[in-house]
Amino acid sequence: MSDSKRNLEVEKVVIKFAGDSGDGMQLTGSQFGDESGWLGNDIATFPDYPAEIRAPVGTVAGVSGFQIHFGKSGIHSPGDIADVLIAMNPAALKANLKSIRKQGIVITDSDSFDQKSIEKAEYTSNPFEDGSLDDYELIKVPISSLTKKAISSLELGLDNKSVMRCKNLFALGLVNCMFNRSLAQAEKFISEKFKKDAALVKANIAALNAGFNLAETIEAIAFAFTVLPASNEPGLYRNITGNKAVAWGLMAAAEKSKRKLFLGSYPITPATDIMQELVRHKWSGVKVFQAEDEIAGICSAIGASFAGNLAVTTTSGPGLALKGEAIGLAMMTELPLVIVNVQRGGPSTGLPTKTEQSDLMQALYGRNGESPVVVLAAGSPSDCFDYAFMACKIAMEHMTPVILLTDGYLGNGAEAWKVKTTDELPEMNLSDVISADETWKPYQRNVETLARKWVIPGMKGFEHRIGGLEKQDVSGNVSHDPANHEHMVKLRAEKVKRVQEFIPMQKVKGKDKNDLLVVGWGGTYGTIYGAVNELQKEGKNVAFAQFNYIHPLPKNTAEVFSKFKRIVVCELNLGQFASYLRIQLPEFKYSQINKVQGQPFTINELKEDINNILSS
Amino acid sequence: MGPEVKTCSLTKADFVSDQAVKWCPGCGDYSILSAVQTALPQIGKRREDIVFISGIGCSSRFPYYMSAYGFHTIHGRAAAIASGVKLANPDLSVWEITGDGDALAIGGNHLIHLLRRNIDLNILLFNNKIYGLTKGQFSPTSEEGSITKSSPHGTIEEPFLPGELAIGAKANFYARITDSSPKFMAEIFVAAELHKGTSLVEILQNCVIFNDGVHDAISSKEHREENQLVLQHGKPMLFGKDRKKGIRLNGLKLESVTIGENGIAENDILVHDAHNPDPTLHLMLVRMSLPELPVAIGIIRNVSNSTYEAKMKNQIDLAQTKSKYTSLNDFFKSGDVWEVK
Repeated sequence: MSDSKRNLEVEKVVIKFAGDSGDGMQLTGSQFGDESGWLGNDIATFPDYPAEIRAPVGTVAGVSGFQIHFGKSGIHSPGDIADVLIAMNPAALKANLKSIRKQGIVITDSDSFDQKSIEKAEYTSNPFEDGSLDDYELIKVPISSLTKKAISSLELGLDNKSVMRCKNLFALGLVNCMFNRSLAQAEKFISEKFKKDAALVKANIAALNAGFNLAETIEAIAFAFTVLPASNEPGLYRNITGNKAVAWGLMAAAEKSKRKLFLGSYPITPATDIMQELVRHKWSGVKVFQAEDEIAGICSAIGASFAGNLAVTTTSGPGLALKGEAIGLAMMTELPLVIVNVQRGGPSTGLPTKTEQSDLMQALYGRNGESPVVVLAAGSPSDCFDYAFMACKIAMEHMTPVILLTDGYLGNGAEAWKVKTTDELPEMNLSDVISADETWKPYQRNVETLARKWVIPGMKGFEHRIGGLEKQDVSGNVSHDPANHEHMVKLRAEKVKRVQEFIPMQKVKGKDKNDLLVVGWGGTYGTIYGAVNELQKEGKNVAFAQFNYIHPLPKNTAEVFSKFKRIVVCELNLGQFASYLRIQLPEFKYSQINKVQGQPFTINELKEDINNILSS
Repeated sequence: MGPEVKTCSLTKADFVSDQAVKWCPGCGDYSILSAVQTALPQIGKRREDIVFISGIGCSSRFPYYMSAYGFHTIHGRAAAIASGVKLANPDLSVWEITGDGDALAIGGNHLIHLLRRNIDLNILLFNNKIYGLTKGQFSPTSEEGSITKSSPHGTIEEPFLPGELAIGAKANFYARITDSSPKFMAEIFVAAELHKGTSLVEILQNCVIFNDGVHDAISSKEHREENQLVLQHGKPMLFGKDRKKGIRLNGLKLESVTIGENGIAENDILVHDAHNPDPTLHLMLVRMSLPELPVAIGIIRNVSNSTYEAKMKNQIDLAQTKSKYTSLNDFFKSGDVWEVK
């Protein structure tokens, strides 16, 4: 690095790669994120991609982005506002400029700003000329032509299309230089990724280096940033997305419970990755069954549970709707079952690739009859591991379906995960051991949990029949007796409520007695925590309660709430958790901060809304 | 599971549960229940290794009456739930009990996919061409024009022929029997269990209340000899009281002929080959219908093919042999990790 460059040490940076959905921005972004992890930064990433696989080239609808927030510490979200934008075409610039910090750096592929592309992005004037970029540090780099030049000199015989596909690596090289990074990791990645085609390895490495060298030599980028390693607690770390963490949490639960893992699932965005991750790990013994539809996905899992496997189905909102009747069956037959719902924008097909928290009511109540199940919600990508594990533990120990809510933001987002070993995980206390002389009945219950025993086919002397019809208490025989029905309805509700005795108490971040308690649940954790943290630093009287146990709520929830003058519930829907709290704990008043745009909260908008409440 | 057969000396009575049977008096389901209880001791499985999975409908009460493991599930989904049971524990003998509404209307999707996957399950499809439990609406197998409570002017849709659908869905085992031949039923149930892969047995079953006599032309004593072609693998397709009638292939059509008439000799008669992987002739047999042709009864198709669960196990075994991880902890620590000190 030449001495003339300013080398700035910064605590954290948000960078966004944006381009056409065929430009390889997801790959570039995730690679840059991985490098950050290896360099010891704390990270959070968020891919933002269109629902169409290839929307028309050059349009705003076709822009695919990948945002990375990395830094020394305290990275809880992928960041609101980017410090650096790499825009591969006018549409990418147009779609993202509003989320770039004023005075932030905007790097563009100047080759792509021809009249036709500018029109395609629906600009009425050339943004390079009309002054709209005056507030930003604009760096125009002819990425396309320089990539072409770097590769053509190698005479690899690649066609123009293959050559142009390397321009994302040019951008990666350029950014690596900006952040004082060596190219070793990226080159290793390229060699692995394209190992079947030596020409592509050479071309991509050439583009990568060309980008790096350009950044080093041209005066336009006369500065470099160093982001210090994170001050995380010691240990082994890796990057993990929420979907991958769910898959691994399920595998850990299977190993810990000594049960075979069975997944019955049907592809649906943004949950499919969980199935695809699990199926890669047949070595662990997992059975993955891609069913003919959502209903067969859950029903095969119910069958597997009846036969003694740790059974799971994964889906997203519309799929959960289809599974409703079957969840009722699992609830009625009191079989363990985990349903993972990676929430997306609804209703109906809604916004499949966007995030939302609008399936809460569906998870709690979306079935016929009185049909209580346990509902959990993970708060961050790495959290998904722990709550997937807990969902399995509760399902098997309490003989109940458990719905785990994550969302597209968590599922696709990544962060550093401190690697766990199975010894660190809680033990499983399965209620399946039966001695031969026991006078067993299918619906006799454990006095503490009210769970029945998990007796499975193959066990001699315990042959029995279960089903969706109402059961007589204890014997499990079909019963239409009115008093028995009401008794059983209450018993099933009580069984789920008793889970309260086995889950952690609700905690508060900040002083547990204060003016305002900010309440959140699930995937908004990082952003709300970030906002509250900043407000606390500014001396505001706020605290934060993050809920991961939704049904039942932690036992001390009312006690926690009673210490605050005001409570505000923040969520990505029109107020579903707030409504639920009004039912569960009507003695408190709740105000709301809501957003339903298919996008996560930003720290700034939350701070503004919370400040408004504080000053009212 | 190894090739050895678990021996046990159970009798029919061992499979009768303590629950009172609650089908209508005269219902065809009674004889099917009895035939299953007769067949089970012959398959050599222990009670605890046998599972009955049903959907919703009159037939689906069946598991309650069997002394084995049982699961009365939800409408149409028995095939999917039974698939999960079998994949979770391939050592179990798994039986799906279903009806024409349960399997062919609400559960049609699951049925065809189960058949094409060839999971080793036995499906007993009780076909009475009517919805009984909801008191008399037409079903996907009701003849066009059927007058029922939901079709007072006659139905206006083509019925499914279950065998046709099964063969289209790549079924490897399909048999059709009537509820009026208890011994033969038991024989077919044993054959279905012995067949490795999905076995579909369609039982022409009488609903005494809402569709009484719907199968009489095939199953009644006075018609059965003339109107049933009882198929046996390797045997000529002969039928009729004195077994002088037979089926021959004439061009692309099957036809009914009489031996000794118009120069027809016994070697003109087709010999049944249930094991032929090519389903063309099986499909023609399935489609034979009165009055021109007798109705084919017995095992129409019985082809050996590898099962889904065996292939699943092979993939898992191979992955385990080739795996570089010996534990989950190994795996979590592998690849792109970094250490914070």
